[in-house]
Amino acid sequence: MPAEGVKRPMIEAPPQEPGERERTGGVRVQSVSRTFATRAGPVTALDGMSLHAGQGEIVAVVGPSGSGKTTLLELICGLQRPDGGVIEAAPAALMPQRDLLLPWLGALDNATLALRSRGISRVQARAAAQPWLERFGLQEFAATRPAELSGGMRQRVSFLRSLLAGKPVLALDEPFAALDAITRAEMQSWLAQMLSDEPRTVVLVTHDVEEAVVLGDRVVVMSPRPGRAVAEVEVALPRPRRRTDPALTALRERVYRALGMPE
Amino acid sequence: MRRALGLWRAGVLLAVLVGVWELYVDAGGADSLILPAPHSVATALYDDRGLLWSNFLVTAEEILLGIVVAALGALLIASLMHFFITVRRASLPLLIASQTIPIPMLAPVLVLWLGFGLLPKVIVVAMVSFFSIVVTTLAAFSAIDPDLIKLMRTFDASRWRTFRHVELPAALPGVFTGAKIAVIVAVIGAVFAEQSGANAGLGYLFEQSIPQLLTARAFATVVILSLFAIALFTLLNLAERLTLPWAHRPIGDPIQ
Repeated sequence: MPAEGVKRPMIEAPPQEPGERERTGGVRVQSVSRTFATRAGPVTALDGMSLHAGQGEIVAVVGPSGSGKTTLLELICGLQRPDGGVIEAAPAALMPQRDLLLPWLGALDNATLALRSRGISRVQARAAAQPWLERFGLQEFAATRPAELSGGMRQRVSFLRSLLAGKPVLALDEPFAALDAITRAEMQSWLAQMLSDEPRTVVLVTHDVEEAVVLGDRVVVMSPRPGRAVAEVEVALPRPRRRTDPALTALRERVYRALGMPE
Repeated sequence: MRRALGLWRAGVLLAVLVGVWELYVDAGGADSLILPAPHSVATALYDDRGLLWSNFLVTAEEILLGIVVAALGALLIASLMHFFITVRRASLPLLIASQTIPIPMLAPVLVLWLGFGLLPKVIVVAMVSFFSIVVTTLAAFSAIDPDLIKLMRTFDASRWRTFRHVELPAALPGVFTGAKIAVIVAVIGAVFAEQSGANAGLGYLFEQSIPQLLTARAFATVVILSLFAIALFTLLNLAERLTLPWAHRPIGDPIQ
């Protein structure tokens, strides 16, 4: 857990068994394969997939649909076990593609779900989440149910909910895929700012190449199924990044080429 | 306003049907002892209002209690069935079989066993209402997004906390849906139970009116029972809107 230099209320991760992976707070995926049995026969989602994310690093994973990106995240989160290969990952919280907020709870109570899941009382969980809601610009919507929140607000609550799980790793599954282009661009800038304030190890799965280069320290490009890493693009650009930066555009082009489609 | 507009069409249709019925009986199409004219039913509703009201209260209590018992029991059983696949496999066939027991056969047995009071009626109403509520509640459980359960696992939520924070609230609208479906059979169940042995209630009053050739009064009890079923349905919609405002959609509202 990054405990040093914390100025704001911080949610501590639950005590874990100490070990190499907890100390590093990173993610290492080594030659992992995963096959599912389906009615039409076995389907290999991942084959020889490797990826590394150091502590505090943001690794964006882009790939065509069906390249096993969601499977990769579920493996990192420990929701599935690999059939082959090694996964070493610090505890990870998932942020799902659709916000999956609970329709009967207001924004504040939705944000506390991870805390309530650990048995923290409603009063304590609310007290812990309240300052974050303010930081996320959602203080007026504490009692507002998801149906009355905009798409961007819902994703912010969803991100806060996963952040408050207090895990060193965040696994983001196409977090802004359901948003319109303008809101998505705003949310990407917002997320970049949040992650620079509150560094976490992030594995961000996306099919949006611009999102990958705007947010990632590195971009891992996956092949179509069975998925594996075919290229890695370093994004050594200062933050905050401008979308119109020619260097960024050049990197975008490199990622597109790695995906096998000239822009 | 929109509701009122919708309602006048139902009113016109009802007026036409009642008008045809009135003309048919007045023209001598049926013996008024067998099929009373609407105006005789209306007269009975007014003349016997005290009698009808006191018997209505008895039946209403049976039905309301029966539906509440069924809803609580169904939520419990559906939760257990959702939690434990073994419970589901073991109990679902029995539940379906239990629905095939004819109420006219079961009700007299319960009356013999439990007496002429409230209890056997509540049991019959609960039994006929129970099944639909179990089915809709189970459907609500299985409609929960599996990704939400995965999310709870990455939050280290125990099975119980996942149930308490996610699954149970998500299943509650299913209880209301099932209860609304059950309203009609609950009314029929209450009438059957009363006819098997009772000393009050609209079903009892109906049963007493026929041999006394008070056909208009018998019809009046049916009118009240129908109105009560509609009122109960509306009441359940209202209760759902108040307790689960996030879930309420006015689908299936008879007055809209």
